[in-house]
Order: sequence, then C-alpha cells, then structure tokens
Amino acid sequence: MTTIQHISTGRRIKDRIVQGLVYLAFALAVVPLVSVLWLVISNGLARFDLTFLTHSMRGIGARDVGGGAYHAIIGTLEQVLLSSLISVPIGLLTAIYLVEYGNGGRLSRAISFFVDVMTGIPSVVAGLFVLAFWILFLGMPYSGFAGAMALSILMMPTVVRSAEEMLRLVPDDLREASYALGVAKWRTILKVVLPTAFTGIVTGVMLAVARVAGETAPLLLTVFFTDSINNDPFTGPQMGLPLYVFDQAARPNDTAIDRAWTGALTLILIVMLLNLVARLIAWWRSPARR
Amino acid sequence: MSKQIQVSGLDAYYGSHKAIEDVSMTIEPRSITAFIGPSGCGKSTFLRTLNRMHEVIPGARVEGKVLLDGDDLYSNNIEPVTVRRMIGMVFQRPNPFPTMSIYDNVAAGLRLNGRVSKAQLDDTVEESLKGANLWNEVKDRLSKPGAGLSGGQQQRLCIARAIAVKPQVLLMDEPCSALDPISTLAIEDLMAKLKDEYTIVIVTHNMQQAARVSDRTAFFNLAEQGKPGKVIEMDETSRMFTNPSQKATEDYITGRFG
Amino acid sequence: MTTETETETREGGPATSRSASRRSHGEGPFRYLSTGAGIVMLGIMAAIAVFLISEAIPALQANKGNFLTELTWDPNSSQVFGIGALAFGTVLSSALALVIATPIAVGVALFISHYAPRRLAGPLGYLIDLLAAVPSVIYGLWGVAFLVPLLREPSQWLNDHLGWFPLFAGEGAIGGKTMLAGGIVLAIMILPIIAAISREVFLQVPKMNEEAALALGATRWEMIRMAVLPFGRPGVVSAAMLGLGRAMGETIAVALIFPATFGISLQILTPQGNSIAANIANGFGEAGDIGRGALIASGLVLFIITLLVNIAARMIINRRKELMKADT
Repeated sequence: MTTIQHISTGRRIKDRIVQGLVYLAFALAVVPLVSVLWLVISNGLARFDLTFLTHSMRGIGARDVGGGAYHAIIGTLEQVLLSSLISVPIGLLTAIYLVEYGNGGRLSRAISFFVDVMTGIPSVVAGLFVLAFWILFLGMPYSGFAGAMALSILMMPTVVRSAEEMLRLVPDDLREASYALGVAKWRTILKVVLPTAFTGIVTGVMLAVARVAGETAPLLLTVFFTDSINNDPFTGPQMGLPLYVFDQAARPNDTAIDRAWTGALTLILIVMLLNLVARLIAWWRSPARR
Repeated sequence: MSKQIQVSGLDAYYGSHKAIEDVSMTIEPRSITAFIGPSGCGKSTFLRTLNRMHEVIPGARVEGKVLLDGDDLYSNNIEPVTVRRMIGMVFQRPNPFPTMSIYDNVAAGLRLNGRVSKAQLDDTVEESLKGANLWNEVKDRLSKPGAGLSGGQQQRLCIARAIAVKPQVLLMDEPCSALDPISTLAIEDLMAKLKDEYTIVIVTHNMQQAARVSDRTAFFNLAEQGKPGKVIEMDETSRMFTNPSQKATEDYITGRFG
Repeated sequence: MTTETETETREGGPATSRSASRRSHGEGPFRYLSTGAGIVMLGIMAAIAVFLISEAIPALQANKGNFLTELTWDPNSSQVFGIGALAFGTVLSSALALVIATPIAVGVALFISHYAPRRLAGPLGYLIDLLAAVPSVIYGLWGVAFLVPLLREPSQWLNDHLGWFPLFAGEGAIGGKTMLAGGIVLAIMILPIIAAISREVFLQVPKMNEEAALALGATRWEMIRMAVLPFGRPGVVSAAMLGLGRAMGETIAVALIFPATFGISLQILTPQGNSIAANIANGFGEAGDIGRGALIASGLVLFIITLLVNIAARMIINRRKELMKADT
C-alpha cells in the first residue's frame, strides 16, 4: 500500500479506548442489577414458604422466627387497586383532554407542563401532602385509603403521559373517517380512538402500577404500621409490602433481616410480574408482530 | 491528486437482499461520471460502495473489487475510515452539522487529523469555501450556524466541507434534488470547475443534468422487479444521449419509462 | 372550542349537520369531564403547595431556632430545628450520585444507541430499564446488607492514600453507613432515567449528520463527538437534572443507609450524613404535633427545590423541541 495511508495510531487508539469505556459503562450498570437480584433471590428463598405468605406478624417480635407478610401483601394489593381506581380515570381523561380537546391552548399547555413537573414530585412529598391534607387538616385516620391517595398522586402523571402517547399514535384518518360518517366527537373517542389505543394504555397503566407498588415513603406517612391483618382499607392502620421490608430491614436481628429479604423477593416478584405482563401486552399488540 | 477507480464484479447486499449485481466499470480521473436510471435500481447503493459507506447500514455488505489507482479498497488491511478520507461524499439533502458554525463545518474533517495550526485552518477554510463558490456569500458570517444558510448554500457548504480534506474522488448522490433551479445551476457550474482537480461521480435523476455536466454516463436498471440492479450500458455521455446501443437505455432517456 | 364544533359540523357534511349539532349536546359531559380532569391535575399541584404550607406554619411559628440556618433537628423537646444540615446532606448526596451516574449513563446510552449489535440493543436497553423497576426499599436493603460492608476496605484505602482531599478526609471510623454508600445507591437508582433519556436523544440524531461525519473519514468515536454529542448535549443536561431531582427526593433507600447525624461535613467516608427525605422517613415515627409540622416544613423545602430543578430540566427539553421544529 503506497498510496493509501493508514489512520494515525493515536486516532485508532482513542477510538478503541472509547469503545472499551462504553462497554465498561454498560457492564458497570448491569453489575448492581445482577447483584441485587441475586441477593434478593438467594437470601429471600430461605423464608419464602407458606407460613410467610399466609401469616401476619401479630405477636411476633423481631427476634422470633416465623411470621409472615400476609397482612402486608393484602394491604399492598388493596392500596394499589384503590390508587389505580383513583388515578386511571383522572389520568385517562386528562390525556383525552390533552389530545382531543386541548388544541395546544393555554390550559392544555399548562396542564401538560405541570404533568411533566408532577412526575418529578418526590414520593415522600406526595405522602406528606396526604398527611397534611387528609390526616392533619381533615382529621381522618391513618388508613390504606390514605396511602392509596398518596400513591395515586405518583401514578397520575405516568398514566397521563403514557395514555397521551398512545392516543397520539391513533391516526387522524381514523377520526376523520368516523366524523365523515356523522359520528359525534365523543362517540368517536369512545368507539374509535380508545379501542385503538386500548392495549397501549393498559401497558402504560400496568407499568405505572408496577412503579407505585414498590413505593414505601408515601405509605410510611399515611397507612402507619401494623403487624395485624386489616382487610378494610378505609379504617385503621394497614400494612404494605414495601413498608414491611423497610420495617424489618431497620431491625438489627437476623430473623427480621431474613423476613426483609423474603419480603423483598415477594415484592420484586409482584413488580416484575406486572412489568412482564405489561411488556407482553405491548409485544403482543406491537405492529412488528403482525 | 485525482485518481482512477476500477470496479470489477461488484455485488452489494442488504441482509439477504441483493441490491446490485456484477457491476464492473472504470471511472476516469479529472472527469465527471454520471449514473442514471430509474428509482431503486441501485445507483445510489453502488455510489456508496465506492467509499465504503454502504456498510454503515446494519446488515449491508459488499462482494467484489474496487481499485483506487490499483489499490483494493476492500482488502483486509484497509480501513473504511481511510477510504472515506480519500473519497469524499456529498449527500442528497444538504447535511451541515447543525451545532457547528460555517467555519467549523468546513474545518470538521481537517480537525480529525490532529493538530492543525489556526492559520493553516483559516487558509484551508477560505480556499475550500472559494472552491465551492460560497466564500463571497459567507465570508462575513463564518461564525454563524451553517443551518442558517439557504438550501443551495448549505449544499455548497457541504461540498466545501468535503473538498477541505483534499480527497482524490468526490461522490455526489443526487446533490441537486432538494434544490431550486438557480441553486442547481450554481452546483453544476461548481462541478465543471472541480473536475479539473477531482474525479467526480454523480448520481442524478435529471437526464438534462447528466447530459449537461458529465463526460461519461452509466445507465443502471433492474433486470426485472425484485431482481438486483445492473449496469446496462456505459459510454461517453454524448454517445449515450444520441446513439445508445441498448434499447432500454434509449427508452429511458427518451422518457418512455422510468 | 368553537372551531372544534365547526370542524365537526363540516366533517359531518350538510346532511348530518343538524344531528351532529344535536349530538354535540351529549358531548358536553365528556368534554367537561376531560377538561375537569385536567383541571383536577392542576388543582392537586396547587393543593400540595397550599396544604404543605398551611400545616407547616404552626410548627414554624413554634420554632425557637432559625429554620433556614439551624443545623440541629429537635422539634419535639427543645423545639429547635432547622433545615441547614439536612439541605446540605441532600445536595451533597445527590451531587455525588450525579457525578457517579452521569458518565456511566451516557456510556450506557451510547452503548445502546451506537455500539451494541442491533439485535441486542432492544433487550439490553430493557435490562437497564429493569434497574428502574426495582423498588427503592430493596436498594436500601441491598445497600445496608451488601454495599456498606463491601465499601469498608476501599474507603479505608482512599482515606489512607488520598486523605488530603476534603471528601476523603476524616479520622477514626472509616466506612460503614456513609455518604459514599448513599451516593452510590442513589447513583444506581437515577442511572436508568438518565440513560433512557440520553439514549432517546442519541437515537434522534439525524442519520444524515452521522453519515456526513463518517464520509469525512471519521472513526466511530469521532463521528459521535462530531455529530452525536453536540446534538444530544441539551438532552443529556436535562436528563441529568431530572436525575438530580429524583436523587434529592429519594427517601427510603437513603433512610436505611444514612446514619441520621446532624452536621455539615464534606467527609463522605465517615459514617455521617442525612437528607431531608431520609429525615422525614426516620423522624416520622417519633414525631409529635410540632414534629410532624416541622417534617412537613422540611418537605415543603424539598418540594420547592425539586420543583425548581424539574422545571429547569423541562424548560431545557422544551426549548430544544422548539429548536428542532424550527430546523425541519
């Protein structure tokens, strides 16, 4: 090769070094994930048994073996369900407003902006708000419902954003075809737009649920602690699974730490399951597959 | 500094799809070679194999030989980076770097090769912008973003950027298709001027443009729909447009298809 | 709103315009419902501010110290409390997290967008997203049980060899529940969001700009430096700011890790540190009326800080969106 000169070694080495760094960054990011999952599974399996899933902590001290998270699992499921019932209608309607009615006006821009800002509200602040408003100002008791309200504040912006994205994906042609048949706008939304976007919206909701299911701080301030089963989310303290893990992890005894790991395993299973279902729905309906 | 390109038996693929098949041709230095043909016949793909830009697309690969004054561009010890350094390219849509000033756009390629003195950079930027017939229009606003220029000016900026690194060959992929007639004329004048120094290859959809600017013309076509593209005929431009030897070429040039 | 009805009538055509306008009466509830929902969202934001302020005021009035400068936090007995040490700890730990997370996140984003084999990019990106799906309490547990012991020796080494550097200074107990451990856990938690947003902007870089760089004979890294990074910079900055906001508000993981001391110290290797959020989680159980009010007041400060950080980040993103619109 006489006429084609090679690139300088310096440039080649720099290119290689950056490539190495980029690969390293990815490896570094994966290490904690693997480590967390490994520890949760290996430590959590020890107590992952029927007793754990079917018993509460009533009458069981930190040093005692046994005990379970039944009361916390029930609490979490109820709280998450309630918070979905609050946030999905409001979030979905807000998304419909933004996409179908807002027209980029001042109100819709304000809502859109504050929805974005709301996604950044620290979860503990959502808990403090419910504490300030519901419990201190209105004098209502600590309850699962109070926790659900705090969670729904965290859920709403996520639901709005994902639903909005899905609604915007619905082609205008479909809307216009419906209008051309003389169908009113609200029926078009209900019968054409929403069904088209349905699976996408469900995926978004599931991901939002998965996110709040693991939130601890808002519960800490609103549902209080209890070691007993409380099936009624509207009266009296109720436990939640993340709170259970926090509570057990903060105790110095190995028996409590073991319970914390198993609680963490249960929590991760619930969250990952929700994630997986959401992704499966998304994949199942993705255009690539059709 | 202008070099000859010899292509023999070249096939190009996108994944398992063969886009062009068995292309062989010689591209002469200090002349303009035009590729014409209907859309999707592989002329742009072929152009991109000449500076190894084809393989940038995931799954794309090339078989065959491309010799630049006798050196095989696809031999194992040649890196695509060096090939592209020697064979410049101008794209269909003007693509100045949006975050860079006019000056920085032209200097971008030079800066890759390490330390260049400020004075030297200034000289080359001015020389390249003059070479691209753009200097008089931008000399007072070199530090303004390149994206602020008109489409035709942006394309000449891209040409200046390409010639600033002093390539041996300049490839142009439909460089005027996004431009208005006046800007097109400016680019065509520029090509006529540049051919004294460079080997120029241009892909164009515009038959008149090919006839106006090029010395030699190659006509690409698909054997049939779904089959890879091939070179049907290549000859002096004057001969191709007056007396082509292939029926298909004549049909295409006279506008009977394509 | 009127344009909307007009459009609809036009779409419906003259034959159906009467029925369409009649139906638009039925449209009322739906339109008002969705508008109402949007207003509820705004109302919630306003209510958060209003009730945090109103419930904080009594405690602030009872405060015998200066809320903004006081370092101690003792609202329950001496009624002296201030945000000073907590705000400092919040800023230090989040800054630490940001310094650790941003370069790695940008690397991860580049890996997914420009280095990983096409086929693997999707699944590998999902792997990083999974990091965000792990609940924060589990990171806290992992931090206490695994990371804290793991960091003890490296901390000692840093202290021995680089102890002249203020962050690594300190005497006596080195390692344990430190700002370093908290900062690393926070970094892991904010990494996915920074990586995800950066990845999006890196993927938005116009192909033609990347090709322009390659056609000039740029190596992959030079192409990234020339075309990808300048284009993506505002996106990365706002991603980092969103990450900062999240790190500041993160509660449970750091509540388990920070040893809840009150003081201002740059030493990230000695067991001290706290943050506003961690203090709320740890102090709530023992708080009386004034204590709860004081915690709400500190939450208000946190709310305002994160609000400002988030608004700034959003403004950078939105300005960039408009720039891009103007471009094309």
